[in-house]
Amino acid sequence: MAFPFAFGKKERAVLLDPLFNNNPIMLQVLGICSALAVTTKLDKSIVMSVSLTMVTGFSSLAISLIRNYIPTNVRIIIQLTIIASLVIVTDQILKAFVPAISKQLSVFVGLIITNCIVMGRAEAYAMQNPPWPSFIDGIGNGVGYSMILIVTGFLRELFGSGKVLGYSVLPLVTEQVAPGKFGWYVPNGMLLMAPGALFLIGLFIWALRVWKPEQVEKE
Amino acid sequence: MWEHYLNIGIKAVFIENLALAFFLGMCSFLAVSKKVETALGLGAAVIFVLFLAVSVSNLIFNFLLREGALAWIHPSMRSVDLGFLSFLAYIGTIAALVQFVEMVLDRFVPTLYAALGIFLPLIAVNCAILGAALFMEQRDYRFGESVVFALGSGVGWALAIAALAAIREKMRYSNVPTALRGLGMAFILTGLMAMGFMAFSGIQL
Amino acid sequence: MRREGTLYTILFTCGVCGICSVLVSGAAVGLKERQIANRILERQTHVLAVTGMIDRGAHPTASQIREIFQDRVVAKVIDLATGEFDDSADVATFDQRRAAKDPATSTPAPENDARVLRLPKNALVYLIREKGSRDEIEQIVLPVEGMGLWSILYGYLALDKDTTTIRGITFYEHGETPGLGGEVENPTWTAKWPGRKAFDNAWQPAVRVVKGVAGGPEEDPHHVDGLSGATLTSRGVTNLLAFWLGDNGFGPFLGKIREQQGS
Repeated sequence: MAFPFAFGKKERAVLLDPLFNNNPIMLQVLGICSALAVTTKLDKSIVMSVSLTMVTGFSSLAISLIRNYIPTNVRIIIQLTIIASLVIVTDQILKAFVPAISKQLSVFVGLIITNCIVMGRAEAYAMQNPPWPSFIDGIGNGVGYSMILIVTGFLRELFGSGKVLGYSVLPLVTEQVAPGKFGWYVPNGMLLMAPGALFLIGLFIWALRVWKPEQVEKE
Repeated sequence: MWEHYLNIGIKAVFIENLALAFFLGMCSFLAVSKKVETALGLGAAVIFVLFLAVSVSNLIFNFLLREGALAWIHPSMRSVDLGFLSFLAYIGTIAALVQFVEMVLDRFVPTLYAALGIFLPLIAVNCAILGAALFMEQRDYRFGESVVFALGSGVGWALAIAALAAIREKMRYSNVPTALRGLGMAFILTGLMAMGFMAFSGIQL
Repeated sequence: MRREGTLYTILFTCGVCGICSVLVSGAAVGLKERQIANRILERQTHVLAVTGMIDRGAHPTASQIREIFQDRVVAKVIDLATGEFDDSADVATFDQRRAAKDPATSTPAPENDARVLRLPKNALVYLIREKGSRDEIEQIVLPVEGMGLWSILYGYLALDKDTTTIRGITFYEHGETPGLGGEVENPTWTAKWPGRKAFDNAWQPAVRVVKGVAGGPEEDPHHVDGLSGATLTSRGVTNLLAFWLGDNGFGPFLGKIREQQGS
């Protein structure tokens, strides 16, 4: 038996596959609820991404560890319990250490529980595979999700309010840069509202599928 | 007083539409919106479960979890705050309710079961339900308010998915770039619908 | 034991629940103190920021904020109807928003434009002492809330000891449209408030957010620039100030303060 924590070609494939070839958001349409709702600012997106990646990784690990002992008829509820517990722990940590962002994320931290990526990976991968690959698979899918979240968050914050991580990058017309002198950028407020997020993700999917035409759905 | 409730209801249906303003339940929203008929089925199931789940969650929160809620057992338990357990309590309630509703429908109302049955398991992990329960807690709704809120949210969600399905059925006759077909277009359509719903903002009763 | 047996299922489920509950309660209990400290610090920051005693942009540290707050601020629970201090209430645990929800500690509010539904019997105000003085009051910070376009705006209003000169305003929680109504929290806009007068000569609430641009605090003391593209949010701010400065809000309390200073 090989060293269980090896990080070879197979593990790399498990980690990288969800980024472009099998992105959970773009191809499997999983977990978009939060992808859209928390991306009005980059810092929110980053905190959400890290939380989700951790929850996915550790829930896959935990479920994979007990996969041979779970009675099949209560499988789903056991998975839900483990995931919900991890999410509560995450929520408590966020409230204690980044209270401002945790408040802005409001209900969406709790909604990691029903984020289909977490359940999906637990059911589809962790139930059949040993702990270490399951953990990597969880992290990989989390990172695939994070990538979209962070890019969306970056674009929405930059063009929606002219800032990156709260620091002014494109000086706004309403902002005084020097006494008597104002910025030049007129922010695109629509990007901060619901439709902006939907358009952006739609355009991402379009771009990805032009690049990788095999992902286009068959009618 | 009824004005207050009407306000909550209207707000939940149009202004703070769970699907279009908060993106809740998007996974099934996009996956099950290819045909109007199935979309209506799922919508009805969501209204039903949302109503039950949020009402029950409200009782659980107010009588078991919130700070001071346990005082009815013994006054010395006034300082107990189990609020942090709400996630677990709600998701447990939802999962159990879905299972229970499935069994009851199967046993007593087979026609309804035949119509909604396939959607019920999907709903257990529909974040619209959990999301509505969490909003109920965050906004501190009392029982009556949360019933109205739940019904409104359910109707709003069903309305949105039915409308999207109708548009997607028509889309089949349009000339959409190949790479944009399906999912990409669904996103952009939802975006346009969300813009339309924004016109409801600022409605005051 | 068979893996699909009932007993096994029950035992297994209990085991998983046991482990999860230890994990969850551990996190909740272990982090509780920190969370409470965060909540208190957040409120202190809002109060200090609205009075201009700290500059939020300068990122003051937690200990600085605590120190200034300890040194200069006194929190007081008052009876809204009479305007008297109510020393029977515990300042540390009093939660005005919860009090307004609870039928035992609140009454339905009279019809008002700010669309405040329930009025708490008590309210929590902050008195800012003069530097180095024990009882000389320099500013008064009042919590205000009311409907904007989409959401309830929650904020603080800081008044000078003359009870009419505005020293600062801040809105710390709202769900207004980012970039339009959401600009209520923009420091550039809130900077237009200090120096204006909350009341007219007959002590009626007079300050208003107008459409377009108002003059300077000297020549146009009762008007403040509107938020561009957010007429309804601007009107909401006007209405909520009118309500809370009026007889149903802090009017009686501010009257008492003036009486004390007159004597």
